[in-house]
Amino acid sequence: MSEHHDDEMHEPTSFLTKYIWSQDHKVIAVQYSLTAIAIGLVALVLSWLMRMQLGFPGELEFIDQAAYYQYATMHGMIMVIYLLTAIFLGGFGNYLIPLQVGARDMVFPFLNMLSYWVYLIAVLVLVASFFTPGGPTGAGWTLYPPQSILEGTPGYDWGIILMLTSLVIFIVAFTMGGLNYVTTVLQARARGMTLMRMPLTVWGIFIATFMGLLAFPALFVSGVMLLLDRVIGTSFFVPEIMSLGETLDYTGGSPLLFQHLFWFFGHPEVYIVALPAFGIISDILSVHARKNIFGYRMMVWALLAIGILSFIVWAHHMYVSGMDPAFGFFFATTTLIIAVPTAIKVYNWVLTLWNADIHLTVPMLYAISFVLTFVFGGLTGLFLGNVVVDVPLSDTYFVVAHFHMVMGVAPVMVVFGAIYHWYPKITGRMLHNGMGQFHFWVTFIGTYAIYFPMHYLGFVGVPRRYFSYEDLEFIPQSANDLNEFITVAALIVGVVQIQFLYNLGWSYFKGEKAPANPWKATSLEWQTPQTPPVHGNWGKTLPEVHRWAYDYSVPGAPDDFISQNTPRQPFEKLEEAGEIDPDPTPLYPDTRGHTTAEETS
Amino acid sequence: MGFIKTIFSQPWLGDATATETVPGGNMGAGMRAPLKVKRTGLFIFMGVATALFGLFSIAYKMRMGMGGWTNLSDPAILWTNTYILVAGSIFMHLASRFSARGNMGAAKKAFIVGGLAGFAFLVGQYMAWQQLNAAGLYAQANPANAFFFVLTGLHGLHLLGGLYAWGLALFKTTSGAPAADTTASIKLCDYYWSYLLLLWLAMFAMLLST
Repeated sequence: MSEHHDDEMHEPTSFLTKYIWSQDHKVIAVQYSLTAIAIGLVALVLSWLMRMQLGFPGELEFIDQAAYYQYATMHGMIMVIYLLTAIFLGGFGNYLIPLQVGARDMVFPFLNMLSYWVYLIAVLVLVASFFTPGGPTGAGWTLYPPQSILEGTPGYDWGIILMLTSLVIFIVAFTMGGLNYVTTVLQARARGMTLMRMPLTVWGIFIATFMGLLAFPALFVSGVMLLLDRVIGTSFFVPEIMSLGETLDYTGGSPLLFQHLFWFFGHPEVYIVALPAFGIISDILSVHARKNIFGYRMMVWALLAIGILSFIVWAHHMYVSGMDPAFGFFFATTTLIIAVPTAIKVYNWVLTLWNADIHLTVPMLYAISFVLTFVFGGLTGLFLGNVVVDVPLSDTYFVVAHFHMVMGVAPVMVVFGAIYHWYPKITGRMLHNGMGQFHFWVTFIGTYAIYFPMHYLGFVGVPRRYFSYEDLEFIPQSANDLNEFITVAALIVGVVQIQFLYNLGWSYFKGEKAPANPWKATSLEWQTPQTPPVHGNWGKTLPEVHRWAYDYSVPGAPDDFISQNTPRQPFEKLEEAGEIDPDPTPLYPDTRGHTTAEETS
Repeated sequence: MGFIKTIFSQPWLGDATATETVPGGNMGAGMRAPLKVKRTGLFIFMGVATALFGLFSIAYKMRMGMGGWTNLSDPAILWTNTYILVAGSIFMHLASRFSARGNMGAAKKAFIVGGLAGFAFLVGQYMAWQQLNAAGLYAQANPANAFFFVLTGLHGLHLLGGLYAWGLALFKTTSGAPAADTTASIKLCDYYWSYLLLLWLAMFAMLLST
């Protein structure tokens, strides 16, 4: 059915149905993204406050111990769940899946709308905890019991209850969205869009969503049980315990059980964020290098392998938890094995750039910086994956540095790259290039200025989670100096993000008008009849797909790209019939488009 | 092995290598999702629910090995509830068979009985809760009790969701919606009722065995 009648489209007409209670995946994607960015800004400010305390202790008098732990907890949880997960799946997933597979919308548009509104409720519940007596929870973003629900931890009264409630609501929202993303990929692809012709962006989001649907239940289970321990006094996780001189009513609960459940969610969560990033980066690199992605099939297999392996590595977060040390060997092994498919992806990105026609646009700069940062953070992951190295480093700034490089900076680079890449399609305007370049270079150099020195701090044994390092003899002066430097860098990087938001707003009104396909890309979202695409995406006729998404610099083709909906060309048909040699010249050392007969003879 | 064949295809070559049959159907934006799309969504949801209850079961087993655990003697009414749920599932299946053969009158009757059995099961579960509370077996008294309340409560919530869908489908059978549409809705309820029955049997077996 590629015909579609106007009367079935039900184009919404009022402002409310068009922009607020919208069932259009593009509007929902923007709603998701703006909400995620807004709550992300809160987390950014919290990180400033923490850095002020660490770099210049005592300068801001309102930051006491409790406040510091509350900032740390909320910063972590917001960034991982409410910003990164929401923007990659709810934002980019919503916008790109239907457009890239050639569908008119998600398969369950009403459920999709509900997903956003439930997500918004989760965010509001979380924000509400800032305004309750006792403030938000300060239990650390992993919320380990028993301390997270006992008196003495900041936010014991209301903060922890609202946090757990918010997480449970978020998981409901994610499940509604996730069912849509997966079912749309499986059932609503355009004619000719086989699974192995999908852009890697869709593959990454697809597999990450599957993982989320299987991993978030673990957070749901631990969240519900912890909530019951706190609210009605069950003993799932809390053992017999003395608190503030009194024996509490709890008996025999297992804090370790919580850690297993939490990390059974928590480790896949890393890849729930990383796999969409991997996919998006593969596409951006390929488009801006004017070259097909190297090893497409291997990229898909690596995504699948990482997805499966990520479910059997969780306890590498628990080497110092007191679990059976024999487990450590198993989990160290699986952790190192996951480096294999990950390394395959990195090699393929680098080989895509090899001998390519690289255009250093802003999205491309972000894509390349992602590869660098991901390798950097990944390598320190090899250190921490080994039990004997992890034990001494586990409670130091080395972990903070590793985690922020691989899960903080790297995915955020992709978020930025993707926004610069798809903004012209979403709004019909180009983002201002000069502001973009400035934003990139300050962010890129700035984040390294923040996290590079933290590796050193870790090696000299500066413990993480400390509110203050004043008057501690084992902390060298160099560490205190570095902390000041890191704080200054963090403030600068933060300010530049505000300039980025200004660019988003300015370009929306004053930016240069974008052509339909400014990057000359092949995938379907650039081939829509209107830019930005209207309700229903494709007008009367759905696109029909004849090729994969990576036909760049094909020899014999008139342009250096052939879009996915272009029918087979005469020269290709001759190739397929075996009448001409598809590769008249050796592929190596140059790419097909560049080698000439004279050069090789 | 369709999936293996799929991921070994060579997408950079011509149309001939596009081995997999592609849906090609395409909807959204104001069109009703056809049965096969809804079925895919429902099956994936069942996968999510299975993961959820599977993780609860693992937590149950792990918590059993720790201190302060006293096994719960399960209320006898649970057996009655189980029979009711089995009956409801059978009626739902009959409704699906009748409607597939075009016998909408019989299908509607069986469909209503199947849904009412779902309600009866929920009432029965609530009575089991009250019996436990009356006996002083509150959730906070013992982790075994707490698991009982959590597992039955969550299973009940899933059934409530199913009853909402059942209500929508029932509206279709009375409001003169196209027969194919009604048949599809009944079929989906049939799947979900069978799934919730299996889920309950697994949970009940675990509760009984401990």
